[in-house]
Amino acid sequence: MKEFTYTITDPEGIHARPAGIFVKEAAKYSCAVTISKDGKEVDAKRIFGVMGLGVKCGNEIVLKCDGADEDAAMEELKKFLEENM
Amino acid sequence: MNVDNYCGNVAGDENMREFVGKSVFNGIAIGPLKVLGKEENAVKRTKVEKPEEEIVRFTQAKEQAKAELGEIYKKALKEVGEASAAIFEVHQMMLDDLDYIESIVNMIKTQEINAEFAVAVTGDNFSEMFAAMDDDYMKARAADVKDISNRVIAILQGKNGAGNLGDEPVIIVADDLAPSETVQLDKSKVLSFITRHGSTNSHTAILARTMNIPALIGVEYPEDGDGKIAIVDGAKGILIIEPDENTLRKYEELKREDEEQARLLMELKGKPNITKDGKEINLYANIGGVGDVAAALANDAGGIGLFRSEFLYLESDDYPTEEQQFKAYRTVAENMAGKKVIIRTLDIGADKQVGYFNLEKEDNPAMGYRAIRICLDRIDVFKTQLRALYRASYYGNISIMFPMIISVDEVKKAKDLCEEVKKELEKEGVKYGQVELGIMIETPAAVMISDELAKEVEFFSIGTNDLTQYTLAIDRQNPALDNIYDSHHPAVLKMIKQTVNSGHAHGCWVGICGELGADTTLTETFLHMGVDELSVSPSMILKVRNQIRNSDSTR
Repeated sequence: MKEFTYTITDPEGIHARPAGIFVKEAAKYSCAVTISKDGKEVDAKRIFGVMGLGVKCGNEIVLKCDGADEDAAMEELKKFLEENM
Repeated sequence: MNVDNYCGNVAGDENMREFVGKSVFNGIAIGPLKVLGKEENAVKRTKVEKPEEEIVRFTQAKEQAKAELGEIYKKALKEVGEASAAIFEVHQMMLDDLDYIESIVNMIKTQEINAEFAVAVTGDNFSEMFAAMDDDYMKARAADVKDISNRVIAILQGKNGAGNLGDEPVIIVADDLAPSETVQLDKSKVLSFITRHGSTNSHTAILARTMNIPALIGVEYPEDGDGKIAIVDGAKGILIIEPDENTLRKYEELKREDEEQARLLMELKGKPNITKDGKEINLYANIGGVGDVAAALANDAGGIGLFRSEFLYLESDDYPTEEQQFKAYRTVAENMAGKKVIIRTLDIGADKQVGYFNLEKEDNPAMGYRAIRICLDRIDVFKTQLRALYRASYYGNISIMFPMIISVDEVKKAKDLCEEVKKELEKEGVKYGQVELGIMIETPAAVMISDELAKEVEFFSIGTNDLTQYTLAIDRQNPALDNIYDSHHPAVLKMIKQTVNSGHAHGCWVGICGELGADTTLTETFLHMGVDELSVSPSMILKVRNQIRNSDSTR
């Protein structure tokens, strides 16, 4: 399992649209992908779950990838977070 | 019916009724009402024999809903642009959310119920989850979940969507309008929007502003209004149903005047503020709140020359938070889309009193503890505002302007605080944009040392109201002095001239944001002096533009 902790810098936090794009990215991989905030963990392939975390600017989130293609998934999703959120 | 909002029968006609709401866009509309009903309560729970077949029905309806949303997305892209259309892409993704689908499929399977009911209940549950969130943006997403669920239900029930309005243009009345509903409406048949719910930032409000039609929200309209003739007065925020003849005639006259004004606007809109001899100057708008931005844009303002930030403090019972301020500044910056927005920092005291500041009563408040004097004394209050301003600057073209300056030292202190704020934000990883700093020139002291002040800032904006009162030693509030209060006094005009000269000598641009800026008898004089910008109330912009275009700056 791979884990990565990231602090959101986008002033809007994770709004509907970025959540949608992230979910789309996560769905490309077969491994399990989750995001958690303050101990609450959700499936990162489900838009309602990701939006339901209510992630705001300055919040710390933990991204986890667990499964066959976890290395590739982590590398791409980490990059995506850093570039877009 | 909510009695608070109902103003009752108006004298003269038995049937005439008036309802109050909050205006999101000005203008007058006259026409029949069209009440759009919501049919979400029409879903009944029924037992089914073969749940598998219901699941297939649901899956097909969901796919059809997604295809429809794809079409709506394309339509919205053309009509309202990428940013507003994006929501329909998100809607498509929501329909593919596994939590949502699993909930519906499970309900059908375990409870052996019809697909419609399972979608309705699941939609309610998910929308409640958003409604309960501690974030205004996420709360508003509850409507999106309802919207997608209603679409699937309508398909399951074999109903057509909204959009068929008939041939005659109508005033649309609804509880609330979902984005997918407004985008499907035939825009040429809509005179106005009236909704019971919704916010000034809702899709309907934004659409009304784009379409340039009056719209009201928060109106407790009566259910029996369908088909009746009504008047929407966007300026006053009222809906009049079944107006009597006098009222109707009065409004028809007002509407004609509006149209005349609109014609003038069309003629001058997009035209440069350029004199006969080819000198171009900036013409900006003075605003006192976020709601005035629409009027500024509708009147073709080149920017905001004076955004009075006091309203945030005056409308509140306690110090407005950084977040509240940030939102207001950001909204204005975003709506002005890259055009200059000059925000004046807190200017209370004198004639503008705020209870929670606990200011002591003064004998001579105009010359007392006010504006920058309070801010440099109450650093905490000032820094909260500066932080909000710098954060908002990331979203547009914001400039900051300090009021009531009398010394170089004050400007230096204010600038130091700006630097402090920028450093703090950098440390926190919060982005901010390029911010021009300027000052109000509204005291004779500032005029006399304007050459020194010009070295510290990038622009001057002359506040002629206070400058006149201080120069002539005439209290603006004293009606007994009205007869000697001369806003064209040569001393005031010389002050303006000196300010322009000093500013230009040190690379500052110089504008006028006081009432004199809109005085068209002086426009040519100002052009002659070399004034770079005039900031006037939105409704005066086109009149001043007209004057500029008929002036000669070399005269």
